Amino acid sequence: MSTLTNDNPIGVPQSILKSPKHWRNRAFGHHWRTGDEEFDAAKLGMWLFLTTEVLLFAGIFCGYAVFRMMYPEAWANGSHYLDWRFGAANTAVLLLSSWTAANAVRCAQLDKQFWLRINIIVTVVCAALFIGIKLWFEYRIKLGDGKAPGTFFSYPFAHDVHEPLWWSLYYVGTGIHALHVVIGAGLFCVVFYYAKRYQSYGPTQYTLVENTALYWHLVDLVWIFLFPLLYLIH
Amino acid sequence: MSTLDAHTGHHEEGSYLSGPPGMMAKIWQWMTTVDHKKIGVMYLFAVLFMFFVGGVAALLVRVELLDPIRDVAVQTVNADGDLVTTTTVTGQSLKEIFSGIGMADGLTGTQIYNRVFTLHGAVMVFMFIVPSIPASLGNFFLPVMLGAKDVAFPRLNLLSWYIYVFGSLFGILSILMGGVDTGWTFYTPYSTTTDADHWRVVLMVTAAFVLGFSSILTGLNFVVTVHKLRAPGMGWFDMPLFIWSVYATSIIQVLATPVIGITLLLLLFERLMHIGIFDPAMGGDPVLYQHFFWFYSHPVVYVMILPAMGIISELLAVHARKHIFGYRAIAFSSLGIAGVSFLVWGHHIFTAMGELAAVLFSGLTFLVAIPTAIKVFNWIATLYKGSIALNTPMCYALMFLFTFSIGGLTGLPLATLATDLHLHDSYYVVAHFHYVMMGGTVIAFMGGIHHWWPKMFGKMYSEPGALIGMALVFIGFNVTFFTQFFLGTQGMPRRYANYVDEFQTLHQISTYGSWILGLGFVVHLVVFIHSLVAGEKAPANPWGGLTLEWECESPPIEHNFHHEPIVKHGPYDFETTVPPHWDPADWPIHPEAGKRH
Repeated sequence: MSTLTNDNPIGVPQSILKSPKHWRNRAFGHHWRTGDEEFDAAKLGMWLFLTTEVLLFAGIFCGYAVFRMMYPEAWANGSHYLDWRFGAANTAVLLLSSWTAANAVRCAQLDKQFWLRINIIVTVVCAALFIGIKLWFEYRIKLGDGKAPGTFFSYPFAHDVHEPLWWSLYYVGTGIHALHVVIGAGLFCVVFYYAKRYQSYGPTQYTLVENTALYWHLVDLVWIFLFPLLYLIH
Repeated sequence: MSTLDAHTGHHEEGSYLSGPPGMMAKIWQWMTTVDHKKIGVMYLFAVLFMFFVGGVAALLVRVELLDPIRDVAVQTVNADGDLVTTTTVTGQSLKEIFSGIGMADGLTGTQIYNRVFTLHGAVMVFMFIVPSIPASLGNFFLPVMLGAKDVAFPRLNLLSWYIYVFGSLFGILSILMGGVDTGWTFYTPYSTTTDADHWRVVLMVTAAFVLGFSSILTGLNFVVTVHKLRAPGMGWFDMPLFIWSVYATSIIQVLATPVIGITLLLLLFERLMHIGIFDPAMGGDPVLYQHFFWFYSHPVVYVMILPAMGIISELLAVHARKHIFGYRAIAFSSLGIAGVSFLVWGHHIFTAMGELAAVLFSGLTFLVAIPTAIKVFNWIATLYKGSIALNTPMCYALMFLFTFSIGGLTGLPLATLATDLHLHDSYYVVAHFHYVMMGGTVIAFMGGIHHWWPKMFGKMYSEPGALIGMALVFIGFNVTFFTQFFLGTQGMPRRYANYVDEFQTLHQISTYGSWILGLGFVVHLVVFIHSLVAGEKAPANPWGGLTLEWECESPPIEHNFHHEPIVKHGPYDFETTVPPHWDPADWPIHPEAGKRH
């Protein structure tokens, strides 16, 4: 570890270096033999949790497939109402944020505290951008046109009686995804707080950064499937 | 308090039950604990309370069916000598009970009946039987049997307990507001339209949704614990079979529960915002709801039964002091059941799908019988030439073999399309389900509680008292539910508040049986309370078991073991480690004893 870390880092105040929450001082759970075992376990737990997330979204994708087969015309019309440029912009924003999330993990591993914080900030800003584009340029305008889910649907120029169902799935799918974006950004805010206040993450202690980034990549991945299904294919 | 010597890892500490002085301090310690044993005990009391609530509802269902609501024609002769026929409504006993406690609220007896059986189903499934064994006995014994100090994520464990409580509160609130009449399956479109101006259905569905999170977190915790926290020397095939079954259970919980999560979420949106996905009036598909629902709810019946099977493997081996027959076959059959469980959901909706799909699901359903039968045969083979102690845990295990086999075998006619057409939605299904769930899971749970009671609370229970309770449960259970097989095959439909007169005798027998069953559980309750108050102090290993929990003190210390245990013998190596005619009172076994010369 000495090749990676400096025993007397310059410019770090003693109050942070002496804090039990600083990454050098953090203890692992009493029921583990080593900190590495705890890290492995936390990561395995996170992967299992991601499995449950995949299965949660699987319900939405399954519903999409079933209704696409039942009402192909309503589904083809549905994607015509969406502007692929907003979807593509959001895809780009999320891909960038996934890259910075991965960078954040690497920076924690290398004890680059400054760049760790920068990467987290960029990730959270991207999350905010994503939500902003979604709410302002998509939900707001579409709801204003009456393209609302289910019985709230009042768009006068619909071509197919089943289009309200398409909008239901659109809002449920993207809505639950957006909720995940917000939760992920919230987690990154927690990571940022501990990174800034205590420098809690470093070469031997970066479980939360790693798991938050894993979660973030999954959120990204779900969008990678939602984008073509909703915006691109007719 | 505990101290840990960093060099030797040696713990000097008291029982996990001993806490700080003062009532409030004790309560605070329990409410904030991350100790898997305390959380397991809290789960135990919570699920037993829910069992009581659901059980009272079950007794009320039987009260209604003892003397159902019927229009009875009464012929009388009036003053003029003419024969006059008047109709009177009889059998309002359920309504009278609810009027008595001020909850009838202008409802008819039939409406009350619908709510009571929904309450029974929803409470028993979501709040009792799904968390029952894994969250209580599993939480307590999974880490101990692995030789670990705690589960992998202790704080997550506490969180899942609070989520369970929080979810249950939603359910209880819904019940106190008057309950729901959807049945525990919440089928659309009925569940999205009934009592349209009320929040009760929303609350009950939210309860099930929230409880799902608790289930996922517990399952996830257990999977990681089994992978990462086995004691030195304990390979996968040195694990007790209870661990294998809880592991298989946890995999199902992790993989199936998210699907019910999204299903119930869509149901909530449907009910609150009319999004139309399950609403046929808007082109939605109610059968899709049924597919989603059973994609979770079928695997989840194996969440209910697999831990019970694990308990039976422990009970039979320890109380017959015999190496379990076919260890690997039992372990793999647990995983096999978990795998097959995801492929058979369609058998709940045979009539809502095409012929080919129905045939395929029927065939896949038969597959379940194979690993299940492997287990039963191995258990029976384990008993062969064992030194069987007929105590309460063993009697419950034997009862399980009897009732669960009936439950399993009566499932086959339901998997067969031709016979299912006649039997489905009848009392035959009710009887089959209760023979598996109650005759399987609850019976094994009772056996497991008695088996591990001395370890959990450090007190012995009264064996004669418990045996009386066991006998009453056995008689009451069979009287209650065996009659329902006859009712079903004769055409009595399930969920009905009344019936034609021909069914009355069998229904009455069933109701009397339910009272015997209830009495049996009351006896058990008395035995448990007596044990806690005045029970004899339990030795570390009252049964002579070889799994690691018996190497702890009774009750275990806060960190379970004084030293990290090292596994030197298998969990069932009675033949090689225990000398002939050995008495558990002589625990620990002398290192030289039992060695084969």
